[in-house]
Amino acid sequence: MVFACRPFFVLRNEMIRKTILNDAHRKLGARMVDFGGWDMPVNYGSQIDEHHVVRNSVGMFDVSHMTVIDIHGPQAKLFLQYLLANDVAKLTRQGKALYSCMLNESAGIIDDLIVYFLDDENYRLVVNASTREKDLAWIEEQAKSFDVSVSERSQLAMIAVQGPKARQKVCSILPERLGLSAAEIKPFSACWFGEWFVGRTGYTGEDGFEIMLPEDKAEGFWNQLLQVGVKPCGLGARDTLRLEAGMSLYGQDMDENQNPLESGLAWTVAWQPNDREFIGRAALDAIKRQGLNSKFVGLLLEEKGVLRGHQPVVLDDGSVGEITSGGYSPTMARSIALARVPASIGETCKIDMRGKLKEATVVKPCFVRQGEIQIDV
Amino acid sequence: MSNTPDDRKYADSHEWALLEADGNVRVGISDHAQELLGDLVFVELPEAGQSVGKGDECSVVESVKAASDIYSPVTGEIIAINDALEDSPEAINESAYEDGWIFIVKPTDTSELDELLDADGYQNLIEDE
Repeated sequence: MVFACRPFFVLRNEMIRKTILNDAHRKLGARMVDFGGWDMPVNYGSQIDEHHVVRNSVGMFDVSHMTVIDIHGPQAKLFLQYLLANDVAKLTRQGKALYSCMLNESAGIIDDLIVYFLDDENYRLVVNASTREKDLAWIEEQAKSFDVSVSERSQLAMIAVQGPKARQKVCSILPERLGLSAAEIKPFSACWFGEWFVGRTGYTGEDGFEIMLPEDKAEGFWNQLLQVGVKPCGLGARDTLRLEAGMSLYGQDMDENQNPLESGLAWTVAWQPNDREFIGRAALDAIKRQGLNSKFVGLLLEEKGVLRGHQPVVLDDGSVGEITSGGYSPTMARSIALARVPASIGETCKIDMRGKLKEATVVKPCFVRQGEIQIDV
Repeated sequence: MSNTPDDRKYADSHEWALLEADGNVRVGISDHAQELLGDLVFVELPEAGQSVGKGDECSVVESVKAASDIYSPVTGEIIAINDALEDSPEAINESAYEDGWIFIVKPTDTSELDELLDADGYQNLIEDE
């Protein structure tokens, strides 16, 4: 037996980092893997069971490896309006969150992130773990021209609790005052008390919270969640959940060689107001004027097998695209994928799976949300 | 932890080969291999009647994580396949050495089995990995 496709985790030799919950995972019998330089749980037994528990009930993920960066200062808003392709001016209600790409001058995606509006002088960014160093370097460089400070909050742990029962379970054990506020917040909003920060956000397509809290409180809170019946889930399930939800994964579905328009992320670019200068705007304007020759789509495999990243997508006219993320959908019991393909793609295509051409249907890149299948199967 | 029954031989590519009373060789993947792969979701079985050489790719198992080729540990003819895996690939996760068998080869030369690892040898191999 030999791995014919590279597993989605990548082995590296550099010094491995651990989150504050590392021992807790090991006590629960987690299978640990090197996940972009972090020693993280891939599952605690069955990835498929963990996937279903999030769709049907509630599960939790240690996402403390993600990078939290606070932007503070009189020009915080101006700075972020320049730094990000989406416009933080849309954030008018305290705690409101926005998803955005951070672009380079040629409109390549440096990272995707969530920005929370705390007040006019304070915003919080959550960026990917694998891009931490380059993001911090880029943000600090750009910040030099503004009256702002950039602080990484590496002492915060982060736990994502996701699923239809997530809010009820979390609110029942949060410190009282925060529990009351958390019960009230709308999707894509946050509330906080002291160092505890609760966002109604996630990466699964289900309702839930992402909770940032001081590291020394993390294991206690994790254990309380276990006690009220929240099942621990590994990054394996997190990947199949986000794939079903059609959410992009940085480094797989897009990177610095792609712009948001060819990555299914045009909706995250704020073109208005016309006079807002953001990094990458000029390049993006030019790309938009020329017109796009590629498209970001979802694929549903019509035959047996499992779609995988980098498999070629062969169109009827002979042109070729590529799967960016593929896998097995436990909810649909079918294989699905996200793919970047020539704009000429029709309703079906063929996938070159290890030398065999297999039939796939082209669908909207959003397969499952809130427990419901979104496409015709 | 994975277990390694000593009634059979093992390839360093993680297949097991069990010589049965009728002289045929039943083949599957080790418990260690299924653990590494995670939940299996699809098995591409060989065809009964197909001739295979020792070390030939003749089946593919796909898990939530990766696709893996299965190599025949002996030369011969495939005389049976485990059809139940078509609908229940998870049988390999649940019972790698019994219900999760993949195919049976009628071997041309059972002495090829001597070239495989015994349980201790295989256990040492996976501990070194």
